Amino acid sequence: MSFLIDNFVELTVTGLVLGAVYGLVALGYTLVYGVLQLINFAHSEVWMFGSFAAVWVTVALGVAPGSALPVVIGVLLLALFAAMAVSGGVALVLERVAYRRLIRLDAPKLVALISAIGASFALAEFMGLRDRIADFFGLRDTLDPYVRSARDNTRFQNPLETEGVFTVGGYTVSNVDIIIIVSALLMMVALDQFIRRTRIGSGIRAVAQDSEAAALMGVNRNRVIRATFLVGGIMAGAAALLYLMRFGVTRWNAGFLLGVKAFTAAVLGGIGNVRGALLGGFILGLAENYGSALIGSEWRDVVAFLLLVVILLFRPTGLLGESLGRARA
Amino acid sequence: MRFSVKTGAPLLALALALSACGTSGGDDEEASGGGSEAGTCEDVAIGFFGALTGSDANLGINIRNGVELAVDQFNEENADCQVELKEYDSQGAPDQATGLATQAVGDDTVIGLVGPAFSGESDAVGPTFAEEGLPTITASATNPALAENGWDTFQRILGNDASQGPAAAAYIGDVLKSESVFVVDDASAYGKGLADIVNESLADAVVGQDTIQKGQTDFSATVTAIRSANADAVFFGGYYAEAGLLVQQLRGAGVDATFVAADGVKDAGFIEAAGDASEGAIITCPCLPPEESQAFADDFEAAYGTAPGTYAAEAFDAANVFLEGILDGNTDRESLLEWVNNYEGDGVTKSIKFDESGEVENISVWAYKVENGEIVADQEIETN
Amino acid sequence: MTQGKASPDTGSGAARSTTQTSRLGWDRGALARRVTALPRPAKWALIGLFVVFLYALPLLEIPILSTPDTDFGAVLFTVASYVLVALGLNIVLGYAGLLDLGYVGFYAIGAYTVAVFGSLQAQLSWWVLIPLAVLLTTISGILLGAPTLRVRGDYLAIVTLGFGEIIRLTALNLEWLGAAKGITGVPRPPSVEMFEIPHLQWEGATAVIDLDDTTTFLVFGVADQAPYYWLMLTVIFIVLGADRMLRLSRIGRGWEATREDEDAAELMGVPTFKFKLLAFACGAFIGGLSGALFASRQGFINPESFLLILSILFVAAVVVGGAGNRYGVILGAIVVAYLPERFRGFEEWRLLVFGLALLLLANFRPQGLLPPRRAKRAQAVDEQLDALEEGTARA
Repeated sequence: MSFLIDNFVELTVTGLVLGAVYGLVALGYTLVYGVLQLINFAHSEVWMFGSFAAVWVTVALGVAPGSALPVVIGVLLLALFAAMAVSGGVALVLERVAYRRLIRLDAPKLVALISAIGASFALAEFMGLRDRIADFFGLRDTLDPYVRSARDNTRFQNPLETEGVFTVGGYTVSNVDIIIIVSALLMMVALDQFIRRTRIGSGIRAVAQDSEAAALMGVNRNRVIRATFLVGGIMAGAAALLYLMRFGVTRWNAGFLLGVKAFTAAVLGGIGNVRGALLGGFILGLAENYGSALIGSEWRDVVAFLLLVVILLFRPTGLLGESLGRARA
Repeated sequence: MRFSVKTGAPLLALALALSACGTSGGDDEEASGGGSEAGTCEDVAIGFFGALTGSDANLGINIRNGVELAVDQFNEENADCQVELKEYDSQGAPDQATGLATQAVGDDTVIGLVGPAFSGESDAVGPTFAEEGLPTITASATNPALAENGWDTFQRILGNDASQGPAAAAYIGDVLKSESVFVVDDASAYGKGLADIVNESLADAVVGQDTIQKGQTDFSATVTAIRSANADAVFFGGYYAEAGLLVQQLRGAGVDATFVAADGVKDAGFIEAAGDASEGAIITCPCLPPEESQAFADDFEAAYGTAPGTYAAEAFDAANVFLEGILDGNTDRESLLEWVNNYEGDGVTKSIKFDESGEVENISVWAYKVENGEIVADQEIETN
Repeated sequence: MTQGKASPDTGSGAARSTTQTSRLGWDRGALARRVTALPRPAKWALIGLFVVFLYALPLLEIPILSTPDTDFGAVLFTVASYVLVALGLNIVLGYAGLLDLGYVGFYAIGAYTVAVFGSLQAQLSWWVLIPLAVLLTTISGILLGAPTLRVRGDYLAIVTLGFGEIIRLTALNLEWLGAAKGITGVPRPPSVEMFEIPHLQWEGATAVIDLDDTTTFLVFGVADQAPYYWLMLTVIFIVLGADRMLRLSRIGRGWEATREDEDAAELMGVPTFKFKLLAFACGAFIGGLSGALFASRQGFINPESFLLILSILFVAAVVVGGAGNRYGVILGAIVVAYLPERFRGFEEWRLLVFGLALLLLANFRPQGLLPPRRAKRAQAVDEQLDALEEGTARA
């Protein structure tokens, strides 16, 4: 207990940083669920592909840490765009391959879940086998820096050096901490505004509320669904870069656990609720850290899942309720 | 029905041919390279048992490559005695291991087995090998309890956790002269076993401990605990994937305590994942430095394009114990088991002789250090 | 199938082509009709032959069918235990429509009960352990279900997923449950040595009886997996019978009503919560039984045998086969458990292929390999309605 109190600030900040990543990934689950009432099981792989895109940008540019600030910012922005583009692209492919046909057939939700699980396996294994696939096409040597040790952790050479900015409560908050939390909040606000104010945003809300009525009102449902996947993918791409800045490595199966946690965060906040996703992420990140501090890190996941069960028992639709379609947000 | 059986026959033959190709990588080379007459060791194979796919595949592939190198070299030197290598890919999972073990003991050509690679699967299939008298030499399963089951067929060609743990503790106490040690483990049988031994040996100096889970990536609560405990050394019991992440997050949080880990971390993947943060990390290993076995390291690099990873050298030695026995004319399980039990000889990692329980005698534990992105030998650790 | 594959891209034609696919696909009706049309003794003889064939499978070692890279008896046991699990999950998922992503939790409780009370903490007899395991799992199913079944639909999925993980992590972190190093010396079923049965050996397409390779009836040892398979198969037949009775009873209809429309069912006087809880308990019972048998075959268990991914594979087995049809889910379980073992030769590619196969199956056989009969009937009505609607729209 005293450990928790003594290190409260540190545990809070690192918990919020983790929570920000959870929240951004959770947005993908929440958006798709809000519009289609489907659990997009393969969203974790969308995130994973984005993280590799960011890594490959830094590998290709080969920037050493401690470069001039404009270079650092340039590389990070490039990595961000690459991650967003790849994640967005994978999300679109996923929609096309795993979902579109089933949505058109109005197949049971469970079948879409299995389709997504299959896609998730295939995507993760594809990344884990990238060295063998390169081999197959005779590109093993050309692509070596990108495909080597495919089953191992791959490091992200962060061009930005971690530096302390200010100290509070015995913990020095670093520039990376601030960047992650602030960007997550900014992206959240941007997404919220996007859904509220743009044409596509109101389309998303309309389809979420009543897909048939929306279609009658002239909303192109398929376009809205594509836009939803794309936006979720872009958010996952951003989350991938932020994750790499904090944790520094990714691997072919890193998406699985993160995906489970992010989905938990989405449910915690109220699945289908955009603001709830970020709130759920923050709460989950904090709960994991406080829980670990109190009873040991081995119980970290147990704390996370117990919290989820307890919250659902008292608020059966999550903290903020399901509301992508309802009300104003 | 009958019709399908008729048309099935050629298909069936095709399938059999295909499956025969699929079983082992060594097949083709032997057929062409040997051109062997029917020698004394016709239809003799040794097996590899461990993970070749799945999340623990890296370690298994290291070991397989070590065994394969030994078999290939042997077959090249002995044209009239061609030994086949059969692979049993358990994915490190005890439930898959059971069927593979039954398959291995049911295949009369397999007279020796390098593996099983992990302690968990060893526990699951040890009784099968013991009952059927198939000699095994594990090159990586280090749980001390494995040798206490009374399995005659069990041999271990490296020091177990009970020898490595005290060595790691001795290094922390005598060489680093650390007075505040934080012990972290990954809840695996291997990691927890080591951490418990270190905990016990260093009792007074341990200022705190925590357990993480394999597969996790965020260790912030653990890092906070280490930082606030003001530890000057951190012992980590676990594998390189989590070790890389942990040391990186430690350095990121400004903790510069010496990072000490055991042989599960002795892999290029550790440095690959941790980068500069791995500098100065200490890794204990019951294995001789590669300078002592340069020829092996060179051959390995020539064959696989990478430096030998963790346990590749042990696997090479284990395979050679069997191969020498086969060359000596021990081409059935019973005589090969006797050969292994009485074996005395020098391998690339150590001089090999197994005691009653199957443990190798003369274990020397070395400390390695990460310097300029390479794992280099530091010194031999004296324990008393 | 080919027709379905060729046309997914062709806009409006796609919907029509799937209905064709299901008609052109394996016509189960014809085979079933032909069998039902046979005189009763012939029918029984046919079924009897099939059952004998199933029992004889590990002895026949039929090429193509049997696995070249791992022991066929062991694979058959694994497949059979997936079949049993799929039958249990089918009650929860197929009959009652509750998405349970933590089914491995029950499997784990069953296995751990046998291991903990049979080896680690007490040495009870195997005959006591199996009922105890089943009892504890059923209780845990009720304890989990009572609070969580009030949670609706997809929320249940994540709650059960959490439950499965909590069970595994608890086993991993508690010394009393063996922690990571697991539990050795789990009691095996008691053996009765009676007689030896030779296996077959195949040379090309001709079979030879191989007297060197025999299975002793009925010894539950470590070197021969066939007896475990026989045990599991027998359990499956018993569960199948019980499942059939349940399905045809008031309870089965209650489950179906709850699944189709919970509110309507409640209004019609179906105690939906009670029925859902009962489905959960039945599912837990069967899952626990399967886990208990798994542990006593294995002789050793550790938490790594109960990973989250297994729950997902179980759900995949049920859905791929056709949730709600007991023979469908059996087929699904066989696909999920057998194919990866059969194609071990592909080594690292097999999971990639498995993922793609799931994707294709879901997309081109969304109703499952063997869809449940009533759903099929409902589907026919839907199709008729669609045809009518289209007709009027065109007119």
